[in-house]
Parts: sequence; C-alpha cells; structure tokens
Amino acid sequence: MRVTVRLFARLRDLTGAGELVRDVASPATAASVWAALVLEHPALTEYERSMSVAVNANYSRMHAPVHEGDEVAFLPPVSGG
Amino acid sequence: MSSPLVAITGQPLDAAALVAGVASAGAGSDGAVTAFVGLVRNRNLDRRVYFLEYEAYELLALRVLQQIIAETAQAWPGTRLGVHHRTGRLEIGEASVVIVTASPHRADAFAACRYAIERVKQIAPIWKREHFEGGEVWLEGAAVHPDDEEARQRAHRTACA
Repeated sequence: MRVTVRLFARLRDLTGAGELVRDVASPATAASVWAALVLEHPALTEYERSMSVAVNANYSRMHAPVHEGDEVAFLPPVSGG
Repeated sequence: MSSPLVAITGQPLDAAALVAGVASAGAGSDGAVTAFVGLVRNRNLDRRVYFLEYEAYELLALRVLQQIIAETAQAWPGTRLGVHHRTGRLEIGEASVVIVTASPHRADAFAACRYAIERVKQIAPIWKREHFEGGEVWLEGAAVHPDDEEARQRAHRTACA
C-alpha cells in the first residue's frame, strides 16, 4: 500500500526530500514506515530515539497503525519560538 | 479586519493587530492584556548570527497552537489568547512569534502568556536553521509528545514561578 512520508528540517536535508511516496507492506505501522526509510537512508538512524511522529497531521506513536493513503511525518526535535 | 487567533505565516507579524484582535473580544471583562514578542537575536552560543530560517509542519502546527490555547484557557479560566508564528527567512530584530493574552487579572495574563510560549517551544512542530558566522545548523530542542503530562506540568510550573 502507498503512504506519503513528510520529513522536516534536518531529516529533510539528510534524505534530500520533504515529501516521498512509498510502498510499504500491509499491515503497516509508523515504525515499519520508518524502518523502510532508514534502509534507504541509513543516516536517519541517529534520530531513532529523538524524533516524533505524526499520522495525518496528528501527533501519534511509533506503534500506531498506518493505512493506505495516510500521511506519515517524522519530526526531529523542535526549535520554534 | 481582525486577526485569526492562530496563524503560521510567511508574512511579517503584526503584534498590534493581534493585541487588538484578542482585546476586542473582551466585552469589558478584561483587566489586563499582555503581549510576548520573540525576536531574532544577533548572537547565539557565543557566535554571530546573520539570519534565521523557520520551517513548520503547518497543518499540525495550527492544531498544536489550538491545543495550547485550549490548555491555557483551562488552566487560567477567563483568559483568552492568540498565537502567531512566522516562517521563512527572518532577519535580525524581526519577530518570530507573538503571543497575546487577555484576562480579568494581570497575574493570570502574565502566567498564561509564559505558559503558552513554553508550550510552543515544547510541542509546536516548528524548526529554525541558524545561519551564523562560519556555517549553518538546524537547532534542535524539545522532543515532547503533547500528551506528556510531566512536560505540561513543567511548563505550568515555569509559568507560575
């Protein structure tokens, strides 16, 4: 199934793309989408413990299920303000 | 025209407009309005800063700002607020964030304002890239889930300190 992956700030720089469309095996979780992404871009590994995840523009958890057409965003530590 | 209460915008922030927008809904019950304006500073970590570049996950950021407003109104009943955050390239001295609170009492207005900026820094999906003398770097601060009650209480304690 297809999901849209959104990446921000340094995660975007590390992969060279802010938005990717990827086929992932079903059933999927945010964690399995991330694992597929890390295989493609090993440099992302350093964010394993510090990044947050959002599914369809709502903060979520790595074990959350992901469905066809969902937007999964991986967020490095924030620095607004 | 009145300002929306939350905004993520590439346009320069207008603090006076947000003050007017929040204050106008008071209908006479307010005793205080406070405004916090965050500015781009020319030094950070002992180095000279040329400019900052802000990026946001806009839809989630707007939802998070709404959540911060709801949390603040719950913690300080009778308090209303607005939060605007800028994105894109910001020069030294420009405003990156404006938070306005209105309340019957000044203590609540100040505390709510401080709480809101602490929460923005904890959970708003916004990032800044610092362009400094000698390079550029994405600054990375908090990694807090919005439902993390311990972090929320930390912001509350800071607001009431």
